[in-house]
Amino acid sequence: MSETKAKTQGQVVQTTGHAWDGDLQEFNNPLPTWWLWAFYATVVFAVVYWIFYPAWPVGGTFTKGVMNTITFTDSDGSQKTTHWNTRSLLLKELQEGKHAARSREYTEKVAGASYQEILADPEMMEFTRSMAKGVFGDNCAACHGAGGTGVVGLFPNLADDAWLWGGSVEEIETTLREGRYGFMPAFKSALTDRQLDDVASYVLSLSGEAVDADAATRGEKIFQTSEGGCYYCHTSSGTGLKSQGAANLTDQIWTVADVSGAATPEDRKAAVKRVISNGVDRRMPAWSERLSDAQIKLLTVYVHELGGGQ
Amino acid sequence: MIKHESIETNAGLLIVLTLIVISIGGLVEIVPLFFINDTVEEVEGVRPYSALELRGRDIYQREGCYLCHSQMIRPFRDELLRYGHYSLAAESKYDHPFQWGSKRTGPDLARVGNKYSNEWHVAHLVNPRDVVPQSIMPNYPWLLEADLDYSDVQDRMRALKMTGVPYSENQQEFERNVAEFGPAIAEKLDILRAEETLMQQALANDYDGQRSRITEMDALVAYLQVLGTMVDFSKYDEGYFADFR
Repeated sequence: MSETKAKTQGQVVQTTGHAWDGDLQEFNNPLPTWWLWAFYATVVFAVVYWIFYPAWPVGGTFTKGVMNTITFTDSDGSQKTTHWNTRSLLLKELQEGKHAARSREYTEKVAGASYQEILADPEMMEFTRSMAKGVFGDNCAACHGAGGTGVVGLFPNLADDAWLWGGSVEEIETTLREGRYGFMPAFKSALTDRQLDDVASYVLSLSGEAVDADAATRGEKIFQTSEGGCYYCHTSSGTGLKSQGAANLTDQIWTVADVSGAATPEDRKAAVKRVISNGVDRRMPAWSERLSDAQIKLLTVYVHELGGGQ
Repeated sequence: MIKHESIETNAGLLIVLTLIVISIGGLVEIVPLFFINDTVEEVEGVRPYSALELRGRDIYQREGCYLCHSQMIRPFRDELLRYGHYSLAAESKYDHPFQWGSKRTGPDLARVGNKYSNEWHVAHLVNPRDVVPQSIMPNYPWLLEADLDYSDVQDRMRALKMTGVPYSENQQEFERNVAEFGPAIAEKLDILRAEETLMQQALANDYDGQRSRITEMDALVAYLQVLGTMVDFSKYDEGYFADFR
């Protein structure tokens, strides 16, 4: 209040002329000069904008703006010129923009190189890591997790050394392009509860877990004969057939049965038994339609690097 | 002539006049779009939602998904890289109200359809952190437990029909839909058979992994899986869409 008083001392300030509650009045000071000029400037800006950019509706169309066109290359290769609009602007940016051009330059280089060349070239690897991280985040991370660690039992861990369908770049590319169907039949009706326990014990013993030796011996018999037929896919040594996506049971890496999350030997057996009883039915979708060849290549290298690529 | 003082001292009049002045701003921006021919792109494939998808959309709104998820990919390079092709006006022409949204606490969902499997959606809606550890999305476990109430789905379709969505209620309208969308889709847009086609779609696709029941999860996942999938962008030159701006 005192400030207002000091400013207005010695001059008569107009009021709006209204009086509320008998004596409550409102000063009518002129607008600050800077504010007024800024206001005029926005008015001038608007008029200039109306001339150069799409602005006013006229019947079924609108003023398109003068001397302000965008030229870009259309999908069919022809040059196309339109009035200024955000869609054309985006196409032009994708074709000529600094960042887009730079990323395209590298993408083309990677697309044209062999996997061996990419893996050996630090510069291409750096680009692959940063570019593929985004593609992985948008398309793969929803299931496999941002770090590729997956979800035990649901989505395979890509960051460990175990590869169900093979860990070479060629095999990873096939997985990405065509998808995979991981299937193991449910044994709960084929085997008795005790037999399931026995097989689970044997499977755990393959990875060096301490189990009841008698149970494991009985389980081995089921595993290695046509009674269970486990060896068809998991092989008699238990290392698993890559062509079937059968897990290696001897490497102490458990991605389907939650063995590492189980606290006691009993829980570990129960986890394996659950998988044998219910089977596995997992699908990885095919990405060849959704992603470009270059994106698949980038992802292949990225996934190869995530875990111990072979 | 009303004196300024009489407006300022009359709250009712002040409110009315303020509303009029503010609506002029809105009307000037919105109304012309209804008369400009190029507002909605001419593209093939966009169709009204089937009965099941429509109930899913209702659940999407009931649960307030739009508060955190937009359905509007803007024509910027970064959005294109993350979400895919920018949204077309035509893609939401049968949405009443549209779900464009203005807040992205979660990602945009305009093209989430067919991106993830049904199983993923179910796991994610029950507990998002099972599949995305860093997610802050709430759990929606009741969707899997609640049976879908579709007793009033015909009325819901009728209400949308009044706003111009081409659901059919008689033979003539059905045939118009056959001509426009083909026989398979026209059947899904038939109000009289809505309950039957809803059950068919839910049972044939088994979105929620519970074959014996039709739950709210079935409807919501059916809706999510169709988002942004109706237009086949490979059919058009990119420049074609720029002609509509």
